[in-house]
Amino acid sequence: MSQAESLPSPSVLRRFLGQRSAVVGAVFLLLLTLLAIAAPWLGIDSPWSMTSKPLLPPFADNGHWLGSDMLGRDIGSGLLYGARMSLAVGALSTLATLVLGLIIGGLAGYAGGWVDEALMRLAEFFQIIPQLVLAVILVAVLEPSLGSVVIGIALVAWPPVARLVRSEFLSLRQREFVQAAQVLGQKPLAIIFTQILPNALSPLLVTMSFIMGTAILTEAALAFLGLGDPEAMSWGYMINASRNMLRQAWWMSLLPGLAIMLCVLAVNRIGEGLRVAFEPPGRPGGRP
Amino acid sequence: MIAFFGYLGGRLGRGLAVIVGVLVLSFLLVRLAPGDPAMLMAGEAGTDDVQYVAKLRHDMGLDQPLAQQLLTWLGQAARLDLGYSYRNQASVWSLIAERLPATLLLMGSGFVLSSLIGVAMGVLAARSQRRRGYLDRLISHTALVLYAMPSFWLALLLILLFSVLLDWLPAFGMASVDTDLHGWALFHDYASHLLLPALSLSFMFLALYVQLTRSAVLEAMGQEYVRTATAKGLKPARILYDHVLRNAFLPVVTFAGMQLGQLASGMLLIEVVYAWPGIGRLLYDALSQRDYPLLLGIFLVISVLVVALNILTDLICRWLDPRISSGS
Repeated sequence: MSQAESLPSPSVLRRFLGQRSAVVGAVFLLLLTLLAIAAPWLGIDSPWSMTSKPLLPPFADNGHWLGSDMLGRDIGSGLLYGARMSLAVGALSTLATLVLGLIIGGLAGYAGGWVDEALMRLAEFFQIIPQLVLAVILVAVLEPSLGSVVIGIALVAWPPVARLVRSEFLSLRQREFVQAAQVLGQKPLAIIFTQILPNALSPLLVTMSFIMGTAILTEAALAFLGLGDPEAMSWGYMINASRNMLRQAWWMSLLPGLAIMLCVLAVNRIGEGLRVAFEPPGRPGGRP
Repeated sequence: MIAFFGYLGGRLGRGLAVIVGVLVLSFLLVRLAPGDPAMLMAGEAGTDDVQYVAKLRHDMGLDQPLAQQLLTWLGQAARLDLGYSYRNQASVWSLIAERLPATLLLMGSGFVLSSLIGVAMGVLAARSQRRRGYLDRLISHTALVLYAMPSFWLALLLILLFSVLLDWLPAFGMASVDTDLHGWALFHDYASHLLLPALSLSFMFLALYVQLTRSAVLEAMGQEYVRTATAKGLKPARILYDHVLRNAFLPVVTFAGMQLGQLASGMLLIEVVYAWPGIGRLLYDALSQRDYPLLLGIFLVISVLVVALNILTDLICRWLDPRISSGS
């Protein structure tokens, strides 16, 4: 893999655009992001305010297309505001995971020896233990908020990134341009960010998109367990609130879950599309 | 044989290291919390009673150096003394032990169901891939969608379908209350309560196992020994069971062992949805009451479970593939 091949290039973009499901996923996610950002200015009701008759089914009322919950809160508004939370947590915790994974993986790959051994054991440890339980306890101890949810997710999600960075590091360390940088006296961190990172970009991007999918699912699970930011509407919270209304109002559980599923599916398809697009030409790509 | 015991010893040692790690992590988590750990551990049951909190501080050894506290904490855990739940007025271990059988039943069923259905579907997909591929595409796409579903939502959908709409299976709990059932009827009652939760739990992993099995089977089918067996005139079904499946199971079991933490996490959510009387449900209740001694105790016990099952799957792998034991 030469430097030019691993960086996003026109041919990579062309190969990505050649995959229908990845493009559909990207368009969906883009639209959802725009809608989520614009939500406060779209003139819709707050997801917390009781604006209609309770338990309105979908399409029964023109003002409330997706129905309402047992308190008369608009489901459509909840979905839109929930998207803000899911996407924000997804993006921020993916970023936090990346930073944590880069530091730990970079350190392990750079230092080698017992430091490497100890850090990889640590990564193994975090992969073995029940991750959701750890995230749950951490968020509970720190009190639920956007910040604690992001920290909780990143703390259990970093090992795959660290492993990836470490192995890229080990293989790139032998290459001339990294050795040249070392000889020139660049600091380890500078080498990680200027030499290793750009070259490990393509596998990292693929891993990050799958981590974002998992992060959205974890956020939903935490909110479902009552550990979401109490200030913000979220899809997981909506599903939890719907649990006792299954017999009366199926739409209350169906719609938020559908939103989570589509979101995760979109992110995963983008990841798969990236994986295929980055694959050097000639090697067979396609579905797993 | 000696090699085996050496291996087992090493494996148990590594498992123990993970448990100690969990204990240290729990210790740090409590001290990470803003405020006084004694107040935190007493939780909402803890009063403003100064004497009570002082006694608690002493009981918890908070007046001692940090290293000493850690050692005490490890020592207590080794004696299964996981602390006291002030909220429930009972020892943490007794609360957990009471719920453990239900959780083990659910986790075990989910584990077995997901591996069996996953392998079966993966084999079907691989076989169809060699012919027309419709079934292969269908199964692969289903797997993708399943993988993107929140498990607790899928569980709710199953309740909607099988309990609310069709009224075939009970939606909540582990057994019918107020009934005097014996023998077959009792078994049927438990089984019908178990089916939906176990299915929900297995769906989470089904997707992964299907993909794994499919590629393992496709790979195995291309191997020399399968071609030899075909040349010998063995029936395809015979080849599949004798040669291919054994090799296809191996990556699934290996992977299942690595996913046990996920299985435990899924179990937590599924128990909440189905009001299954296990430790997942207990954790949910402890969470709403911020009962930290109980939360940490559950974290420890689930970790021990995961590590134990992990060792078990390793042993199964060695049994499935003699190369692992005769090799290194």
